[in-house]
Amino acid sequence: MSEEYINEPMLEIFIYETSLQLEQLEQKMLENEDTFYKEEVINEIFRHMHSIKSASSMMLFNEISKLAHSIEDLFYVIREEKPVQIDYSMLSDLVFEGIDFIKIEILKIKEGADASADASELIQRIKRYLEQLKELNPSLARVEQAKVDSPKKQQFYISNNKKVEKTVHQHSYQARVFFEEGCEMENIRAFTIIHNLKDFTTNLQYEPSDIIESEDSVDIIRDTGFLVSFKTNRTYDEMFQFFSQTIFLRDLELTELVLEDSELELGSDPPVKKFLGQEEQKTGNVAATIISVQVQKLDRLLDLVGEMVIAEAMVTENPDLMDLELDNFQKAARQLKKITSEIQDMVMSIRMISLSTTFQKMNRPVRDMCKKLNKEVKLSLIGEDTEVDKNIIEHLSDPLMHLIRNSMDHGFESPAEREQNNKPRTGTLTLEAKNVGSDVLIIVKDDGRGLNKSKILQKAHSNGLLRKAESEYTHKEIFNLILHPGFSTKEQVTEFSGRGVGMDVVANNVETIGGSLQVDSTEDKGTVITIRIPITLAIVDAMNIRVGQSKYTIPTSYIKESLRPKTSDLIVDPNGNEMIIVRGLFYPLIRLHERLHHAAERSSLLDGIVIILENDDKSFCILADELLGQKQVVVKALPSFFQGSHKVSVLAGCTLLGDGSISLILDIPKLSG
Amino acid sequence: MSTDIQDELEEDTQKGKFLTFTMGEDCYGIEINHVREIIGIQPITQVPDQPEYLRGIINLRGKIIPVMDIRLRFGKTFRDYNDRTCIIVVDIENISLGLIVDGVSEVLSIPDTEIVAPPEMNKGGNNFIKGIGKVGAEVKLLLDCKTLLVKASWDESTQFDEK
Repeated sequence: MSEEYINEPMLEIFIYETSLQLEQLEQKMLENEDTFYKEEVINEIFRHMHSIKSASSMMLFNEISKLAHSIEDLFYVIREEKPVQIDYSMLSDLVFEGIDFIKIEILKIKEGADASADASELIQRIKRYLEQLKELNPSLARVEQAKVDSPKKQQFYISNNKKVEKTVHQHSYQARVFFEEGCEMENIRAFTIIHNLKDFTTNLQYEPSDIIESEDSVDIIRDTGFLVSFKTNRTYDEMFQFFSQTIFLRDLELTELVLEDSELELGSDPPVKKFLGQEEQKTGNVAATIISVQVQKLDRLLDLVGEMVIAEAMVTENPDLMDLELDNFQKAARQLKKITSEIQDMVMSIRMISLSTTFQKMNRPVRDMCKKLNKEVKLSLIGEDTEVDKNIIEHLSDPLMHLIRNSMDHGFESPAEREQNNKPRTGTLTLEAKNVGSDVLIIVKDDGRGLNKSKILQKAHSNGLLRKAESEYTHKEIFNLILHPGFSTKEQVTEFSGRGVGMDVVANNVETIGGSLQVDSTEDKGTVITIRIPITLAIVDAMNIRVGQSKYTIPTSYIKESLRPKTSDLIVDPNGNEMIIVRGLFYPLIRLHERLHHAAERSSLLDGIVIILENDDKSFCILADELLGQKQVVVKALPSFFQGSHKVSVLAGCTLLGDGSISLILDIPKLSG
Repeated sequence: MSTDIQDELEEDTQKGKFLTFTMGEDCYGIEINHVREIIGIQPITQVPDQPEYLRGIINLRGKIIPVMDIRLRFGKTFRDYNDRTCIIVVDIENISLGLIVDGVSEVLSIPDTEIVAPPEMNKGGNNFIKGIGKVGAEVKLLLDCKTLLVKASWDESTQFDEK
């Protein structure tokens, strides 16, 4: 019967919830790995695995459910019997492997592929581990025996729903279940409960009874809760436990009915235990107050808001209104302006998400690599709640992962080597994020062996990367050499890094999101890599300038100052390069008319305005015709037509001005280069 | 499912239909399923470092679209834009492109039987024409939209707009 109900929304919820469960599970595992598992941690892992198992078996993903089941079994034994001798590291490895397996399967399901990979090998290993556990702790054998029987029945949740235990069910219960507000699909959730109950209950009745068929059932469940009554031979506590595991549970009233064979009525008195989901509250609340939205919709919303801002300017600054006395109109227009700018801020803030997920994802590779490379490294996260635009975060994960792998592989010494060098045995890898002006700095810092300057120079030399004499290179320039394509100081290629495509890829990735990368290092003290990225790509503070008939836009963050030059300020060197002297400092001059091919509209130095720009440590100035004013602009990408051979290297994008005309945004770092 | 069939039907009804436009004395045709809309000439923002025939970009209700002057693309002399000048917005392989033409005439049905392949020319150049349609006594040159994009990627790209 279940097949016909497997539809898209259910699958979506399944994927969402299972991923959430996995994430929490992984987090819990990582937090508690070094200390041995405490009881509540074991309980929690058990609970997560149980939910995954029931959900996946309901969705007929048998392999996932079998695997989850075997892990659940494992933790059941650990929880119930509290064995003393546990090989914790092997246990974690097994669970992590299980998590990875399920994650891959979920990914497959998401992409519409068949999730039918075979987990039996892993399950076998888990079983073997359980055997070992049993041998080490003889007291377990008994429980094990008991446990072996029941799972067999539990495994066929759906296919054999008539396989009810034949024993007499002497307890009658009535439960009223309330779900978290906003969790959606209450009827399907209720159906899940019924589905899970079927295996060990009789006289199963529930209200509303047409949960799946009728749309109204959702509202009924929301208002009055989901009422279910049944008979079973399980004890009150067991049943309470069962219901507590329901996802998105807000409130539960579980009542044991004393009367034999009685018809069930609402509001029976005896033992009512109120459930105020403590653990659920933590995870549930987050899920209830957060809805997931497709990113495309958000992008569309941002586009629309951008257009609205422009349309608003087109109305309020309409040339037809010039020189008219329109008090009321102005008043209304101001109101409109205020609201649109608030909407704009709001939409921007919707797109901001904290870096914590990205940062926490790094725990896993650090752990795995520690094990593989026999190193001891602690990952410490600082400022992980710093918020960054969604689009940027997406592009940040890969470079970060790369940097971390690099520093795990090349940076940190082995524990023995560290002790020799009077360093703490355990290395520290710090991942820090902080706001600096309109930028976010992400700092990856390790206290490993640092970069060896002479080695870098040597390597650069043999790869033909050096452009001047070795002695002329400053610290910074030497370290920047490792960002060159094809540069890798590690001779061996390992599983994790050293393929020589490392740092330049990272640098490129960071550049595509408008960021920059800086490397600093002290030998034997460690390496610091700083990524500077803008908080948002979508809206920037910018100065509009006029060059000939065209309008261009420069992000204000680059502008240092602007001035009207005198002819005497201009100096030309023998090669024809022009420069401007300002208060004793020389800046190379770029005439935008020439650079941007508006030669016909060329104006003299005296008519124009010189803008001094600063990018990293490089300063230069440009000559434009006029400053048109500063405002916030919505950045739009150039049409995809301008890619490949049509690429315009000096442009970072374009924006729409108030009158509907287009202004091109100059790519300042490229312009200077 | 039903949308597939609908698409197919739509494809069918659009088949063999061409939007014709003039360029000087010649009349050209473009497959109607590429055409998204026709707009009058608009203020164009120049983009630096592009060949002359790429006039720049326009703002079409918030979407930024590159525009190409077909006259210049075909190596003819530039003609000032007037109120007959049109931009035909086409979608070719998911890229939107505006084509500036002297004027748009009409939509014609030209059955496959009336279309002949262009004869082999000994004068090389770009094969912008993929067929010649005969409508009564007139002849319509049928544009191959894809070559507009593909060829545009490499040839003449060093010729910058010097105006």
